[in-house]
Amino acid sequence: MNEHSGVWAYSENRDLILELIGKGSELATKLQTQLTAIVLGHNVKDQAKELVGYGAQKVMVVDNSQLKEPNVEPYLSVLTQLTKQHKPELFLMGSTKRGKELAARLAARLNAGCVPDCLELEVDDQGRLLAKRIVYGGNALVTQVFRTKPQIVTIPRRKFEKPKYKEESRGEVININDIQLEAPKTKVVEVKPKEIAETKIEEAEVVVGGGRGLEKKEDFKILDELAHTLGGQVGYTRPLVEDRKWFTEWVGLSGHTIKPRLYIACGISGVIQHVAGIRDSKTIVAINKDPEAPILEMADYIVVGDLHEIVPALSAALKRIFGVGKE
Amino acid sequence: MVRILVCVKQAVDVSQLKVDSATRRLIIADAPKKISDFDKNALEEAIRIKEKLGGEVLTVTVGPEDAKTTLREALAMGADKAYLISDPTFENSDTLATSYILAEAVKKIGAFDLILCGEASIDSFSAQIGPRLAERLGIPLITYARKLSLEGDTVAAERSLEESSETVKAKTPVVITVTKEINEPRTPSYMAVMKAFKKEIVMWKAADLGITGEKVGETGSAVQVLDVLAPKVERKKIAIKGETAAEIAEKLAKTLIQEGIVAR
Repeated sequence: MNEHSGVWAYSENRDLILELIGKGSELATKLQTQLTAIVLGHNVKDQAKELVGYGAQKVMVVDNSQLKEPNVEPYLSVLTQLTKQHKPELFLMGSTKRGKELAARLAARLNAGCVPDCLELEVDDQGRLLAKRIVYGGNALVTQVFRTKPQIVTIPRRKFEKPKYKEESRGEVININDIQLEAPKTKVVEVKPKEIAETKIEEAEVVVGGGRGLEKKEDFKILDELAHTLGGQVGYTRPLVEDRKWFTEWVGLSGHTIKPRLYIACGISGVIQHVAGIRDSKTIVAINKDPEAPILEMADYIVVGDLHEIVPALSAALKRIFGVGKE
Repeated sequence: MVRILVCVKQAVDVSQLKVDSATRRLIIADAPKKISDFDKNALEEAIRIKEKLGGEVLTVTVGPEDAKTTLREALAMGADKAYLISDPTFENSDTLATSYILAEAVKKIGAFDLILCGEASIDSFSAQIGPRLAERLGIPLITYARKLSLEGDTVAAERSLEESSETVKAKTPVVITVTKEINEPRTPSYMAVMKAFKKEIVMWKAADLGITGEKVGETGSAVQVLDVLAPKVERKKIAIKGETAAEIAEKLAKTLIQEGIVAR
């Protein structure tokens, strides 16, 4: 097992890879080893230098026209060969849907373990890696250790800080050309970009959340107004998307995970799946008619009342204090 | 004649889990169990394909002996036959070991056009078994399918990714993991539930699959659980009260500004 060394980071997501480099560098220092970033794709050589600036001590680049399309097998075969040859002890991969599939299949090919969606990663005093993730629909945090290497984990976006870019950082860039790419087993025949809100909800500093307590679709306007007043965005719970079909994207375990400075939960009961998606918000305000609603147990400020009255009143109060519309 | 296998998991009904607030331990033994939600979507999809094209839907689970009730649920929904793969040596298997057991079972059950799984299980949500199974069987994989069609030996699936959706095609046999959006699973009728009791559940142990101890259970696992605890909740829980909505709103607004949470 000692023949494995080094921490690796890979994600096809340009933001996530930087966060992985940040966390990976920290872990590499603790494990007294180096952080290597992996860059795969076509015409991607420029990325390598950028990653060195963000703290990668080594960057391995596989630049190949067969990696132009997002088919899994060519990527998977490259990662499998690199890992078998260089034997990292820890491989951090991005928890995008693509990344999770890639990680699971890589683990299968290497006969290795994989802990997906890690929220915390630390090295204990025995030098063991402790990987923590949410299970049981948000009810519990499980701590896992690996019995074999490489240890493969996936990490969601925005869990760890993006490191600072330093022009003066130095690192080794290795271009790998002699590698066999496996032919794809599936064929992507069409890609449709999703309609994405102008700013992503993950980026919003303030999020106003709407749940089942909203009586009709038009009521989202009062949430919109509050969000607008606070310079934030509106997010919804899964039932408004799945059952009522009012909206297309939801905040929660299986949807968007957010950690804004302020989350205002309006008419949201607080089922665990939703709570898992907002748990890391800095401050939580809950407005709910039901004094027994579970969301109230995890809020900093609690208002028991009808959102249809409280929310417009809150917008009005804030506007008045801010002096909006007075000039 | 389409042959479809649906892999299901008997999961803890996470919506009914209770936590001992003093120790932060979960009271898992008391929580009811059921078919994992997305696995029901996989079953529903399989049954719909069978209703349209004819064929056979089999279902398999790796789990404790009481997972038989989960399989009865699957049979009531419309699966034709079920397989329960259970052995005391399988306990504490991680996804590496579980996918090995499952793959060995699938090889013994026979050849399939489609193998369907849920995108992840509701309790551990690791989304590993489908991908690992496809690798072990050496066949194509389509994950996160929200729409599916089968024409001859070609499967077309629509997948929903973070910033795009894509249509993917593959030749059978294929492993496909499905999302909740793909369909609305049926509730079996009383008649269907009764009929399910007449359907066969095949029980296999480790020895029936030629599985020996070192590749399963804790010994065969790459990942080990150290601890499972309810997350700490450290919130202020300050109630803002008042006679009218305006009064409450005023107090809340002022508090948020004073605490520096909201700035103009």
